[in-house]
Amino acid sequence: MNAHVDTDAAQAGATRRELVVGTALVSGALLVGCSPADLLAVGAKTEVGAFGPFIRIAADGAVTVFNKHIEFGQGAHAGLAAIVAEELDADWSRVSVEQAPANAKLYANTLMGVQGTGGSTAIPNSWMQLRKAGAAARAMFTAAAAAAWKVPETEPTVKDGVVSHAASGKSAGFGELLQAASAITPPSEPKLKSHADFTLIGTDRVRRKDSRAKSTGEARYTQDVKMEGLLTAVVAHAPRFGAKVSGFDDAEARKVAGVVDVIQIPTGVAVVARSTWAALQGRNALKVTWDEAKAEPLGSAEIEAKYAEWAAGKGALPEKLKWETFETRGDAAAAGDGEIFEATYDFPFLAHATMEPMNCVAQVGGKGGVKLTVASQSPTLDQLNTARIAMTLPGSVQIENLFAGGSFGRRANFQSDFVAECVHIAKKVGKGTPVKLVWTREDDMAAGYFRPLTHHRVKVRMDKDGFPAAWTHRVVTQSLMKGSPMAPKGIDTSTVEGAMGSPYLKATPAVDGQVLMPELGVPVLWWRSVGATHTAFVMEHTIDQLARKAGKDPVAYRLALFEKAGANRHIAVLKLAAEKAGWDTPAPAGVTRGVAVHESFGSVVAQIAEVRIVDGVPKVGRVVSAIDCGTAISPDQIAAQVEGGTCYGLSATLHDEMILKAGAVERRNFDTYPVLRNSEAPTVETHILPSTNPPSGVGEPGTPVIGPAVANAVLAATGKATLRLPMIRA
Amino acid sequence: MATSLEINGRTVQVEAAPDTPLLWVLRDEAGLTGSKYGCGVGQCGACTVLADGAPVRSCSLPVSALAGVKITTIEGLGGTHPVQDAWVKLDVPQCGYCQSGQIMSAVALLAGNANPSDADIDAAMDGNICRCGAYQRIRAAIREAAAQSRA
Repeated sequence: MNAHVDTDAAQAGATRRELVVGTALVSGALLVGCSPADLLAVGAKTEVGAFGPFIRIAADGAVTVFNKHIEFGQGAHAGLAAIVAEELDADWSRVSVEQAPANAKLYANTLMGVQGTGGSTAIPNSWMQLRKAGAAARAMFTAAAAAAWKVPETEPTVKDGVVSHAASGKSAGFGELLQAASAITPPSEPKLKSHADFTLIGTDRVRRKDSRAKSTGEARYTQDVKMEGLLTAVVAHAPRFGAKVSGFDDAEARKVAGVVDVIQIPTGVAVVARSTWAALQGRNALKVTWDEAKAEPLGSAEIEAKYAEWAAGKGALPEKLKWETFETRGDAAAAGDGEIFEATYDFPFLAHATMEPMNCVAQVGGKGGVKLTVASQSPTLDQLNTARIAMTLPGSVQIENLFAGGSFGRRANFQSDFVAECVHIAKKVGKGTPVKLVWTREDDMAAGYFRPLTHHRVKVRMDKDGFPAAWTHRVVTQSLMKGSPMAPKGIDTSTVEGAMGSPYLKATPAVDGQVLMPELGVPVLWWRSVGATHTAFVMEHTIDQLARKAGKDPVAYRLALFEKAGANRHIAVLKLAAEKAGWDTPAPAGVTRGVAVHESFGSVVAQIAEVRIVDGVPKVGRVVSAIDCGTAISPDQIAAQVEGGTCYGLSATLHDEMILKAGAVERRNFDTYPVLRNSEAPTVETHILPSTNPPSGVGEPGTPVIGPAVANAVLAATGKATLRLPMIRA
Repeated sequence: MATSLEINGRTVQVEAAPDTPLLWVLRDEAGLTGSKYGCGVGQCGACTVLADGAPVRSCSLPVSALAGVKITTIEGLGGTHPVQDAWVKLDVPQCGYCQSGQIMSAVALLAGNANPSDADIDAAMDGNICRCGAYQRIRAAIREAAAQSRA
């Protein structure tokens, strides 16, 4: 048996006063940018076993790894477990994964300071933490074996969950040694393996742990939660961003069989029922009137036009809105005799459009305390927002974290929008009754939190060799961070990352990069690969146009610029992709190739896309990818992320576009918001650059490269640049 | 209103208004949550089940239309159907939410066509959206299942 200790037993009896003080402290601390993990965990009752918060070993020797991150498709379950299993020398076939509970102290993302998944950090932030956890547990077993066998501590070895001693011929499984190992004090700095000694990491044995459950319907998502007495809620939401309920008539809604209550909440009017269908019918019968006085007045076309004007220096800027510099060097405006290239690029609002629309199960007011049963991308944020509504300590909010049917960023936001909505309803229902909030696809699409609509304006003066001599860059886009507890002191770099810090700018003697971050009533959010969703396109498509103007091969042109910038990782992936794609050989008849390279989340990806124009529309066939993501934990899942990320990016390149008319979302389902389907999906080959550097991001870096690669292939075929996405407008 | 349905070889009595879509009856009444809600308008395929062997979108099919129809859901495949095995072998799922629907469409395709061409796969699978973009592996797994079934 593992020894369990209640880490916060002393906090269990917090008084009402302490609760209020605690919440205020936590909110205040967050607002000044601290990461008070200790404070945030006050009230948590997490059992930690002898092997620490990440590892549990059963009497039969089976190993369970606790995943502090969400598993929303990116393979974190397998990748994180493999890191532990490698250092522990566990039997990989007997390693399983469980979601860790919410506890900011035990399970903070080491790069964020709070518990949460994002920025492609699940593996990078856990790398050393889980290696140490696995190695410490291993050391406890070898020490226990040495003591039992009376041999020197350095002599027992471990393989596949069995501890052995060669000289004496003794061996024992983790299960047999469990009690003795549990009593050993874990070493604080256990010896870690060198890369050469890895037997699991980097091999094709590291495969997903959830494929069977996800192929049988058994995998449990928020949508699937069943509980005794569970009620289902749907909400009539505002027709426009910023509109508020002014009144409602629920007489007809209450007549629908199965409807148990109709409740006004800050975001609308909730219909609570015994089944999903009854709730939906109840909502259909509900009449709500809205106060639209403060609603967003603009549509996407007007926003786009305004952004273009501002970037061109036309029209007055609203008060307090000003251009902010993200990169500057030399005098980019100085006259010169080189050729001038100018272009503008437009990118629409994008919905994340996860397959599982947002949803949540909450219980408030019962004896069990406040509990969420939900796929939580940021448990700490969800705890904080829940605690404010339910008036309890954030750390005491329990979260049972489930599989998510996708997120791509959507499930983490500073307001915990859909979680908060569910908690408001559950609080009104009270008595600890479980309430499942179900959003329809239309609710999900219309709720916003879009990738912001974005405009770029680029002017490049070329030198006599055709390389950029002066680069002027203007970006207009909403800030993702403004008004949030994590708002940076300077500019919100997520709006320009990828242009800012680009090796192409580094290789350019004079640079003037500025960003304008207007405020709108449209909620915006990070969307898989964040700033790179537009900056990679602009930089890479611009470079191809410059290369063509200069009469140079796009790969050679890039390599020369990367040389100037000292971007060695870019050079390595580009050379690898070019070699594997046969860049120097003729493309098949009717096919053109396009190349793009981009660094995001610490990883560099190069792609070469083969494109055929069919009926005026690009059809993408083979895509050769090379990625440098540091140490590769699971080559197969890295490939899966590059494949999937490419499809996500290609969907936005070809189809995705959210249209607003006067602050109202026009496209609310897949019939009017087309996304990539099977017949359009390319065949992606993924080549991983061998590396012993620490692992860097994998979930997002595969997304932003395909767009410019395809645009560059189209440029090669037609001579025409792509200055607005999506390429195919519905 | 009590309705009798034949689901996965068993007769199931459910309480549901006649216009209730099969999906909500499966999920809320019959306790079969493998079939997913994705769009409610037959556009995404996450709710795909078989009706007398043909793939249908259960979100858009009222239970009143299903008297005497044999319904098969993902749960009815048994867990080790060749298509499911191929899905596991190639680690097709990412988030996994659409995969019940993908698998049911693939099962229907292979039941009528033991050796589908790429065009056949495209035609059969284009009604099933996967936002994770597992399409390449879905195609490969269908070929794998077809090869295993022929072997």
